[in-house]
Amino acid sequence: MNRTLARATVLVGLVCVAAADGLAQPAKVSDGVVRIGVLGDMTGLYSDLGGQGSVIAAQMAVDDFGGSVLGAPVEVIAADHQNNAATGANRAQDWLQTQRVDMITDLTNSAVALAVSKLAAARKRLAVVVGAASTRLTNEDCTAYTIHYAYDTYALANGTARTIVRQGGDSWFFVTVDYAFGLSLEKDTAAAVTASGGKVLGRVRHPLNVGDALPYLLQAKASRPKVIGLANAGGDSINSIRAAAELGLTGEHVVAGLLVFLTDVHSLGLQIANGMIFTDGYYWDFDEETRRFAKRFFAKARKMPTMVHAGVYSATTNYLKAVREAGTDEAGAVVAQMRKMDLSDFFARNAQLREDGRLVKDMYLVQVKKPAESKYPWDYYQIKAIIPAGEAFQPLAQSRCPLVKK
Amino acid sequence: MNNTQKVFIALGVLGLAGPLLKDIVYPVFLMNVLCFALFACAFNLLLGFTGLLSFGHAAYFGFAAYVTGHACKEWGLTPELGVLAGTLVAAGLGFVIGSLAIRRAGIYLAMITLAMSQLVFFVCLQAKFTGGEDGIQGIPRGKFLGLVDLTDNVSLYYFVFGVFVLGFALIYRTIHSPFGQILKSIRENEPRAISLGYDADKFKLVAFVLSAALSGMAGSTKSLVNQLASLADVHWHMSGEVVLMTLLGGMGTVFGPIVGALTVKGLEHYLAEQGSWVTIVTGAIFVVCVLAFRRGIVGELAALFKR
Amino acid sequence: MSEVFGIPLQALLSQLLIGLVNGSFYAMLSLGLAVIFGLLNIINFSHGALYMMGAYGAWMGLTYLGLNYWVCLLLAPLAVGLVGVVIERTMLQRLYKLDHLYGLLLTFGLALIIEGLYRQAYGVSGQPYPVPELLKGATNLGFMFLPNYRAWVLVASLAVCFATWYVIERTKLGAYLRAGTENPRLVQAFGVNVPLMVTLTYGFGVALAGFAGVLASPIIQVNPLMGSNLIIVVFAVVVIGGMGSIMGAIVTGLGLGLIEGLTKVFYPELSATVVFIIMAIVLLVRPAGLFGREK
Repeated sequence: MNRTLARATVLVGLVCVAAADGLAQPAKVSDGVVRIGVLGDMTGLYSDLGGQGSVIAAQMAVDDFGGSVLGAPVEVIAADHQNNAATGANRAQDWLQTQRVDMITDLTNSAVALAVSKLAAARKRLAVVVGAASTRLTNEDCTAYTIHYAYDTYALANGTARTIVRQGGDSWFFVTVDYAFGLSLEKDTAAAVTASGGKVLGRVRHPLNVGDALPYLLQAKASRPKVIGLANAGGDSINSIRAAAELGLTGEHVVAGLLVFLTDVHSLGLQIANGMIFTDGYYWDFDEETRRFAKRFFAKARKMPTMVHAGVYSATTNYLKAVREAGTDEAGAVVAQMRKMDLSDFFARNAQLREDGRLVKDMYLVQVKKPAESKYPWDYYQIKAIIPAGEAFQPLAQSRCPLVKK
Repeated sequence: MNNTQKVFIALGVLGLAGPLLKDIVYPVFLMNVLCFALFACAFNLLLGFTGLLSFGHAAYFGFAAYVTGHACKEWGLTPELGVLAGTLVAAGLGFVIGSLAIRRAGIYLAMITLAMSQLVFFVCLQAKFTGGEDGIQGIPRGKFLGLVDLTDNVSLYYFVFGVFVLGFALIYRTIHSPFGQILKSIRENEPRAISLGYDADKFKLVAFVLSAALSGMAGSTKSLVNQLASLADVHWHMSGEVVLMTLLGGMGTVFGPIVGALTVKGLEHYLAEQGSWVTIVTGAIFVVCVLAFRRGIVGELAALFKR
Repeated sequence: MSEVFGIPLQALLSQLLIGLVNGSFYAMLSLGLAVIFGLLNIINFSHGALYMMGAYGAWMGLTYLGLNYWVCLLLAPLAVGLVGVVIERTMLQRLYKLDHLYGLLLTFGLALIIEGLYRQAYGVSGQPYPVPELLKGATNLGFMFLPNYRAWVLVASLAVCFATWYVIERTKLGAYLRAGTENPRLVQAFGVNVPLMVTLTYGFGVALAGFAGVLASPIIQVNPLMGSNLIIVVFAVVVIGGMGSIMGAIVTGLGLGLIEGLTKVFYPELSATVVFIIMAIVLLVRPAGLFGREK
């Protein structure tokens, strides 16, 4: 065989191998690209605790991962669901059908999360819910393709209630926002209070967008409880906390916010919010690892990350890791891989993904510092207790998810 | 063939071809546009042709959506019966609110309808069957007449298109009938209409009920398209949105509301990532329309052609 | 401790007093609306947005310029009033010859723009505004501790409302205003500059809203949505009171605050809806509103 022919054969052979290699890898990734959709509330009630910050977090995760997985590029797209289940569902449909999105995340707002998780499951794509609170996602409405990543009403209710009762706060009065979310939060927390040996003295319900919450806090004060539980969120919890501060309640009583985020405390200011106790899934100043992420996030977002922001980063990173280790972006395989993996990182300590789709991890009971105790910007919390992953969430045995084998 | 007939045929062809464009335009988006177009046309019947500004039309649109959602999900009604149920309830609601509102005129009427629709909003917030903040989710699209499965987007599209054509045809006939002429005369000069012997209040009420019923039909159909009925559908922002669509498209024109609905929904869809800019742009369009563009897109175009 | 219907008297009285404070907000806001409607025949949909601007004016004054509460109490309403004057001169004026519905639509669009801009700039969680030093703390009234700031709000709003009523109903300026409503041409023929009067009236009406905004900032979180949450209730108050009636707006506003306060004690879930129920009843019985007269 002459030299030219030999060289040509080798060259062709190499090219074929390279081509086969190149062709084979993207073939494992559907459509040659891994697309992650961040569907959040960009303009409304939750836009500060999630919103654009979540998009930044997701992009950071993708960039840190290298921008590609299994030889295919990773893209992040985002849209605003406007706290409207129909808008969110439509956008998700569009993403799943025409834009070939492989994983949808953030989903702050339980109604949107519930709708989208069903749509994603129907198309066998992943919905990693970070922002929504409803426990239905891992109970009645669980699917094989839904992961509930950061927190839920059970974790918040239990963590806060049990720990406070144990510390002596055994008589409670609730200020509840009068619709499904508030009522279920109140119910879960009341159950946790009585289960820990405490007593519920009463409650008052206020309409959504309460404005001036003073009348309701007055009623709470009149019952002389040791703890005032605020079963509301967003603007309503902010205004309730203001009213509590106005009445000087934070001194003599424990004001327990049941769904409070770092950005709420930031917008209230320590003068008003100090003394409040609640459960959070992430605090930026907890240790070196959390601080490292937070400082980088702050450089891009000009605010410290909330549990939702950190959760989106962690979820995206773990998702990409799982895709790489599973060798495919097919949702079923990825979920199975995530169940086998150790998902622990700076956000999720002692983390594990259960069969009902619930990611369990350590949660933290925090108390808001007094202004004098705060040494630098965003130095807001004192960690009072770590609620271990095994205790923080609803036990698997009590799950009403049909996928859980009994 | 006059201009109107040409427009009809053009629209008809475009409408029928809808699903074929599915790589350019997302079919669910088109279906939503059709529902809103019907809503705007029904609203225009009251505003453009009878001269009554109702600022609470979301009540009929949204409440019918809830009724249909409940009927199809809990009672298992087939889609056409579900839409019928929603339409009838909306008509009833229109009768009640209309009777109250007709007692006054102009701004007062607008304020009364606004406040009444707020009552409907709060009922929807509190009532068990509406699911409060979550709304009614997972509304089944069902089988049309028990035969054609509407889960497929293409079949559903033709169902929605059919509903739209039905509603639009009804409105068109109404506008061009003697009844419609009387409505226009009431809009132009009510005392004179009364002096000619017409019971203006009765005519206004009928127009109100008709407008409410067809708005309900639009809302019912939308709930099947999105398989959701939520509080956003009964919020006063929705009432404002339909006013914008009608104003932008052209009050008192036949095709204006359709154009208005397409424009507003298109803007919302493509600006969705821009956050608050959607609100700002919507507001700016309102302002510009009122100041300089009162005839709306179709109105201005018609004026151009006449020259 | 005596009880009324199972509620301790103390609790009832304290709720009523808080309700009265809330009512004074309603009164001031609906007063501004009534004044504008009375003279311009325009339903000012941007009233809520301008109230929010007043609150943000106070916050921005403090944060960016270091101006304290009292200075802002004076300056913010003036600034909002100025904005109102600009709106009236550049836009509303063109609509007087048309159907009055266009004024409603224009102000609705303006409300969307203003709210959207603030939301884009400041997010929705809002900003805290501190209670001014002088008014911190609470006074023991025997049956309750009334936060001093609330007492101030009550006093300030009642003063402003009464002053406005007095000017409109009892002074020569007010007489010109009222005459200008009835018959602008005739009043102009007498040498009164009616367009200027109209512009200043609009400016004053929205300045009232701005003033209410400053008063509200230490109580609720200053956020871009605070106006739209309130505006619909204020409209209902105006409808109940009788559109265009000054006394109607004040009395209904205060009365509604009291009724809401009562509702919050006995049936709190209903407190957001009660205004609309009352409105429906009033409309059935007296379509012109409690104090209104058909125009």
